[in-house]
Amino acid sequence: MSSSRDAMLHRIRHAVANGVRQSQHPTESAAYEVHDQLDAPQRIAQFAHRVEEYKAWVGECDTSAVARMIAQRLAVHGHRTLVLPHDFVQMWRPEGYELIEDDHLPAAHIAASDGVISTCALGIAQTGTIVLDGGVGQGRRMLTLLPDYHCCVVPASLVVGTVPEAFARLESVIGDRRAPMTFISGPSATSDIELNRVEGVHGPRTLEVIIVRDA
Amino acid sequence: MKPDSVIIELSPRFEVGAKKALQNTQLRRNMGKATQTIRAKRSAVVDEKSDWQALREAGWQIKADVMAQLDTYLVQLEAAVTAAGGVVHWARDAREANHIVTELIRQTGTNEIIKVKSLTTDEIRLNEHLEEAGIQAIETDLAELIIQLANEKSSHILVPAIHKNRSEIRALFQKAMNLPDLTDEPKALAAAARQYLREKFMSVKVATSGANFAIAETGSVCVVESEGNGRMCLTMPDVLITVMGIEKILPKWQDLGVFMQLLPRSSTGERMNPYTSIWTGVTPGDGPQQFHLVLLDNGRTSVLADAVGRQTLHCIRCSACINICPVYERTGGHAYGSVYPGPIGAILTPQLVGTAHASSLPYASSLCGACYDVCPVKINIPEVLVHLRGQVVAEKQKTLAGALDVEAWGMQGLATVFANRRAYEAAQSAGRLAQWPFVNDGYIDQGPGPLAAWTAMRDLGAIPQQSFRSWWRERQKHEQ
Repeated sequence: MSSSRDAMLHRIRHAVANGVRQSQHPTESAAYEVHDQLDAPQRIAQFAHRVEEYKAWVGECDTSAVARMIAQRLAVHGHRTLVLPHDFVQMWRPEGYELIEDDHLPAAHIAASDGVISTCALGIAQTGTIVLDGGVGQGRRMLTLLPDYHCCVVPASLVVGTVPEAFARLESVIGDRRAPMTFISGPSATSDIELNRVEGVHGPRTLEVIIVRDA
Repeated sequence: MKPDSVIIELSPRFEVGAKKALQNTQLRRNMGKATQTIRAKRSAVVDEKSDWQALREAGWQIKADVMAQLDTYLVQLEAAVTAAGGVVHWARDAREANHIVTELIRQTGTNEIIKVKSLTTDEIRLNEHLEEAGIQAIETDLAELIIQLANEKSSHILVPAIHKNRSEIRALFQKAMNLPDLTDEPKALAAAARQYLREKFMSVKVATSGANFAIAETGSVCVVESEGNGRMCLTMPDVLITVMGIEKILPKWQDLGVFMQLLPRSSTGERMNPYTSIWTGVTPGDGPQQFHLVLLDNGRTSVLADAVGRQTLHCIRCSACINICPVYERTGGHAYGSVYPGPIGAILTPQLVGTAHASSLPYASSLCGACYDVCPVKINIPEVLVHLRGQVVAEKQKTLAGALDVEAWGMQGLATVFANRRAYEAAQSAGRLAQWPFVNDGYIDQGPGPLAAWTAMRDLGAIPQQSFRSWWRERQKHEQ
């Protein structure tokens, strides 16, 4: 296939030979918004509001109350058996539920659980997005994909204002460990039937977000 | 040069397909409702971004830079993907790409794959090629599944089943999934698809996908989606094969920060789409342990060589131009006879396969310019349409029939007349006298001779009794 490679590169060089080479990559001079104008509480409020607009439930509490809030949510849904990453913070784990740490669990076991609890790498306020990068408390991608319920704990300090800020922060993650990433904005949805957004196709049909106030 | 491409599916001329589509009232109702919904959603989330024009400009500039240094960035991408444990393949055309993918699947010993919705694989007709090789490709996007079950062609790049309403979809699912009691509630329809495909996600070993973006400096590939079928295909199988047009590349990681704002807002009219997956080569213990990236040319380097047409390669397949187009809204996507319908298809298809093979598409537009206004990467679609019309005419004139063509002579005569004031005014007076048998309420709706073809689709305003020039002359006389 190296001949195809050479042929394609040759065709490209031939195609751009007539004077379009002067172009410059514009990142440095770009005029779009990189930082928002909000203070920290406003930013958290915007994040919560925009996640809710995707029809996800959002709660907010202190770090000491996280375990209790998760337990309350699980009770609401009647969930009993939850999977979670092995490095999910101990003090946030709800009591009285069957919690299964992901230690090479077969996919079928993960899919058969009532739900998954995880934390995240980042939150983006302007778009109501959660970013997972496989870091501490997040587990491998399959873990937060197969169960029908996902409860995500988001420390307020991890919420950035804008999409460009998020990519700036994630640059080191890509550079250091080439981690796969998933951006999640609300529960699984489709607009394929008459262009109406319907929640719940293949990913978790219920997404719940617990924002942890800064200590 | 005509690439070994298979874009045109039905290849009637646009006006033939359009005429047929316009007679389907159900289609027109479905299309009108869907495009109005999506336009309203888009404008709401675009209007709330005060820096939208700056984002569009950044999008344009990044893509212009990509086109200018495409060879450098592709080589950089290849090195980064390889360093991360992936394998890069180069395919000059559809045939090569299909061959590569088929061989990769054969090596795994499987005869069934799951697919993430991908226009690029539609363009090369991967599914049909695989079927001939005895491999079944299962579409996992809801709309693609609907189209596959109905044995139809896509009519929209983002929502291929946009021409179908819920009751039509219910009837299809009832039969294919053996669910006689299924209702036409969108929620119930989505749940049926979830159940139908879950078993496939859990068992099939090979997946194929397209790519929305790939980052040259990091080797990361990005797929933007809604349903989670993308996450499933990108996470669950052992082997992942991604087919990507060479123009999808972005130079820097930071560039995603621009395009991940432009794309979702322009596409589904959301601040952000539900799921975006970004992966870099292979990650031990997480996702497919074999990753192949197929870089596809298939006519793109020909587009790149055209100074006016090259901006077409900026396209990020958002579909904003399709949703805003008054022509598309009425005809639907099938009339375009291509994987790529609407305004972007009207410029992309003829460039990929050559204007000789899609000569009617550059005319599938009123040149109103709404597509240019909504394009998140500022592709001047009307400019390219006019440029391609020029090419179509030039090609025609090269043939004997073209050289003897009445229209060509007429246009040349008009050019002479329009260039000279006296000749123009004389022609106007003559026309005013000659037109009377054809004028109906100030319009000519059925012209004589060669004009008949033109007036078959439009009404021609009659030459008024007094021209502006003569009115002005009279006015000047009175004022003196």
